[in-house]
Amino acid sequence: MSLLSPIKDHHSERRMFIGRVVLASFVSFFLLSVVIARLVQLQVFDHELFAEKSQGNRVRIQAVPPIRGLIFDRKGRVIAENMPAYQLELIPEQVDDIDDTLNRLAAINLIQAAEIPRFKALSGSSQRFKPVTLKFRMTEQEIADFAIQRPRFPGVDFQPRLVRHYPYDDLFAHAVGYVGPLDTNDVQRLDPARYAGSSHTGKTGVEFSFENDLHGNAGFRHLITNARGRHVVANTTELLDSLPVDQNATPGFNVHLSLDLDLQRAAYNALEGRRGAVVALDPNSGDILAMVSSPSFDPNLFAVGMSTQQYNELQNDLDLPLFDRVIRGTYPPGSTIKPMLALAALETGATNLTRKSVCIGYFQLPGDEHRYRDWKPQGHGRVNLHDAIEQSCDVYFFEISGVLGIDNMHEYLTRFGLGSASGVDILGERAGVVPSREWKRQNFRDRDNQRWYHGETVIASIGQGFMLTTPLQLAVAAGTLATRGSHQRPHLVAAIEDPLSGEHTLLEREPPEEVAISNVEYWDEVLAAMHDVMQGPRGTARAVGTGAAYTMAGKSGTAQVVTVAQGVKYDELELEERQRDHALFIAFAPFDNPQIAVAVIVENGESGSGVAAPIAKAVMDQYLGYGKNATQ
Amino acid sequence: MRLSDTQRLFSSRPAPVRDFSDVMRRLHIDGPLLSGILLVSFFGLFVLYSASGENERLLVNQAIRLGVALVAMIIVAQLPPDFLRRWTPWGYLAGLLLLVLVLTKGDVGQGARRWLDIGIRFQPSEAMKLAVPMMTAWFLHDRQIPPKIGQLAVIAVLIAIPTIMIAKQPDLGTALLIAASGIIVIILAGMSFKLMFGLGVLAVPGALGLWHFMKDYQKQRVLTLFNPDSDPLGAGYNIIQSKIAIGSGGLFGKGWTNGSQAHLEFLPERHTDFIFAVLGEEFGLLGVMGLLVLYMFVIGRGLYIAVQAHDTYSRLLAGSISLTFLVYVFVNTAMVTGIVPVVGVPLPLVSFGGTSMVTLMAGFGILMSIHSHRKLLPH
Repeated sequence: MSLLSPIKDHHSERRMFIGRVVLASFVSFFLLSVVIARLVQLQVFDHELFAEKSQGNRVRIQAVPPIRGLIFDRKGRVIAENMPAYQLELIPEQVDDIDDTLNRLAAINLIQAAEIPRFKALSGSSQRFKPVTLKFRMTEQEIADFAIQRPRFPGVDFQPRLVRHYPYDDLFAHAVGYVGPLDTNDVQRLDPARYAGSSHTGKTGVEFSFENDLHGNAGFRHLITNARGRHVVANTTELLDSLPVDQNATPGFNVHLSLDLDLQRAAYNALEGRRGAVVALDPNSGDILAMVSSPSFDPNLFAVGMSTQQYNELQNDLDLPLFDRVIRGTYPPGSTIKPMLALAALETGATNLTRKSVCIGYFQLPGDEHRYRDWKPQGHGRVNLHDAIEQSCDVYFFEISGVLGIDNMHEYLTRFGLGSASGVDILGERAGVVPSREWKRQNFRDRDNQRWYHGETVIASIGQGFMLTTPLQLAVAAGTLATRGSHQRPHLVAAIEDPLSGEHTLLEREPPEEVAISNVEYWDEVLAAMHDVMQGPRGTARAVGTGAAYTMAGKSGTAQVVTVAQGVKYDELELEERQRDHALFIAFAPFDNPQIAVAVIVENGESGSGVAAPIAKAVMDQYLGYGKNATQ
Repeated sequence: MRLSDTQRLFSSRPAPVRDFSDVMRRLHIDGPLLSGILLVSFFGLFVLYSASGENERLLVNQAIRLGVALVAMIIVAQLPPDFLRRWTPWGYLAGLLLLVLVLTKGDVGQGARRWLDIGIRFQPSEAMKLAVPMMTAWFLHDRQIPPKIGQLAVIAVLIAIPTIMIAKQPDLGTALLIAASGIIVIILAGMSFKLMFGLGVLAVPGALGLWHFMKDYQKQRVLTLFNPDSDPLGAGYNIIQSKIAIGSGGLFGKGWTNGSQAHLEFLPERHTDFIFAVLGEEFGLLGVMGLLVLYMFVIGRGLYIAVQAHDTYSRLLAGSISLTFLVYVFVNTAMVTGIVPVVGVPLPLVSFGGTSMVTLMAGFGILMSIHSHRKLLPH
């Protein structure tokens, strides 16, 4: 080819071109070979690996929450059950922008803006692909509204779930308690495998204390999901056959309580919504038959979820509806301890059955001007021990208190179950106080305060001063009196039932601790005095007991409100009413063969025999078949 | 006597086969090339039906595009190569003008300014895919080849202007493909290997310079190629999922419409740029090899036409169109299998999409025109 010649040499040009095309063909073939080699690597050599990854991609393990055990009363009536409801759930892994999604859900009123921080915290702490429940019970309107908007909320969906339901609303709120949504503390505390599909856990009462039995074990389901994690109904058997075997959830155990629905209702109604508590138990077994703290609340609010405003209203209510007065309320027992102190005094020789006091309406310690006043200003006159209990003469007990001594008082009252946790099978119980010299040494810093003063013994003899007891402890004490010293540990749960096999397991009972009193006459005399409190000519509660169809025994108490109950704010309008004395009453019936022991406290009720005793009687009436609803 | 012969004897009409090939000849259609294109396209429709989640509307849509593109191919095939050559510079200038319009007035879509709306919405960069190799071939047609350095410099400018304009849209993938179509022309024109090697060495600092000017998302794509697991939910997601799809397909695949990666939406862009992964998942290595063989047949026929061509312009243009087609196939399959970075290059004739289909078919039309308008003279 000549550089000078502009004339094209077509033949050599074509030869050169063919050469280049051949070269290009080789290069092309090489490039395609690289791709083919790569395909062989992916599809032949690494096939297993990618097949597995593909499987892992599309199969999601979904936890199946177990069905929570039911709770029955002693006659097999359901007091906590599970109801189907649609829940709004969010799977954090499938949501690109949690903040944005929650804000948009709040904008269409499906969740409340105030709850967003809580949901965010839960989204961060929950397990992989575990849904966070945003709303526990959706109305049909909400379901319809959300269904339209669903494509706008990837990772959010509504699911049919079982929601805890308490058919008797506020009747068992404190004893049975409630379940509530898992919070971040629960998530850390509970076994992640068992709770893999759960949204709720027991928070209070039996629901909390028997959580381990009630909850059951989660199962697993394998789902075919698309890239956004939505469940896809597989349309080919090839996809379905490739799934591993599912595992069913194990339902939780049913719990049978010793509580009696009718009795609970009678006690609740008798309180008429006043602040107070009623406990009734079977003194022979420790079975708690009724356990009411008033005012109450609707536990369904916790199970379904309530607004912050609703919660704040409950939390800030001056009457403390959320507070379980039965096991956590501590009150001075007042004169209700007199029968027990009488036994202690007889047993230790501090008094005898014939000793008499002249009650002039007050008592003075030698060399002290201070008058310890009897509740009856004009005095009871000459009274023996029987009279002192029947008429609740304070002076008699003031007089013998010095000989009996605070440490003996402590010893005997403790044996009856006062001032220490009763060991009931729900958690959160308060111990209260039955003071002693030792107790005072340990609980006061100041040296002067660590000394025990004689005057403190005097007021302790009528259940005032440092002494604080829970209504449950008083009921246990009443039961111990009824059984002549058989101190039963109280319990709410009678049996646990496996729902699959139907097998009942009765809970083990500890044998009662005996309060040893050497002379049976002491029991006879003290119990006879308690009988006369209700049915004697001068008994403080004769207005309640006289004319009843059965015999009963009781003891009233009136406790000065020294300190207002814990957590209550100072309020001028409420002040006067809330400074009135607490009314207390303990009782058991029938007198000859006690079947039921009751303790009642009405805060600021003023009169133990006038206000608390009728409530105790209403409960006993119901239990013994003389109640208003007895014909039912 | 065989049955067919008997039929022919007694038939009053001419043999239909003969008639058909006659029609083909008069329409300037190359039978083998058309067969290859149609086989690839029909295979593609099959895969697309599955990849789109059995969406019939989308399938019909693609079939219509295919039909329109085939009509465009037949129209282009009627234009003699001489005619095409004469109009090449004007076409090139018109293309540049459109690119200027895009950069100043174009519609923005997905963060890039690629579209122009003049009655119909289209991407002028598509037209440049043909205009650039045509212009390069036109420039070399009257000149002695191999070209000299000075001529190469002119060609470099002719290629660089549209390439840079398209890269600024930004559409790096198309820009590189257009540059490649021009470079292929000069390689086929006999550019010396020394020069190619020298330019290759110069390309290294060039690439580093390019890195400096790349947008963050483009850098990310390159980095992701080397370690897709570094960002499994971001830029690496596509590659991870497409490798899972292809690898899990194995030798024979999971079966048509049974690909879980595609049908459960794990695979992104499964009916457009990543459709090759759906093919790999559902038809396995066997199906993939089948498609590649069809592609090789089309490319081979194109190169055959180039070799048979009678003048420089036709030769270079036909060679460039065929080899650029190969580059499309390679870049897409290599990208989907994770050999090269993810650039937005569709799988030709198979991926869902409009303009690129018409361009491709117009290119095949040129091949057919070149082949059918030869003056059958002895050399």
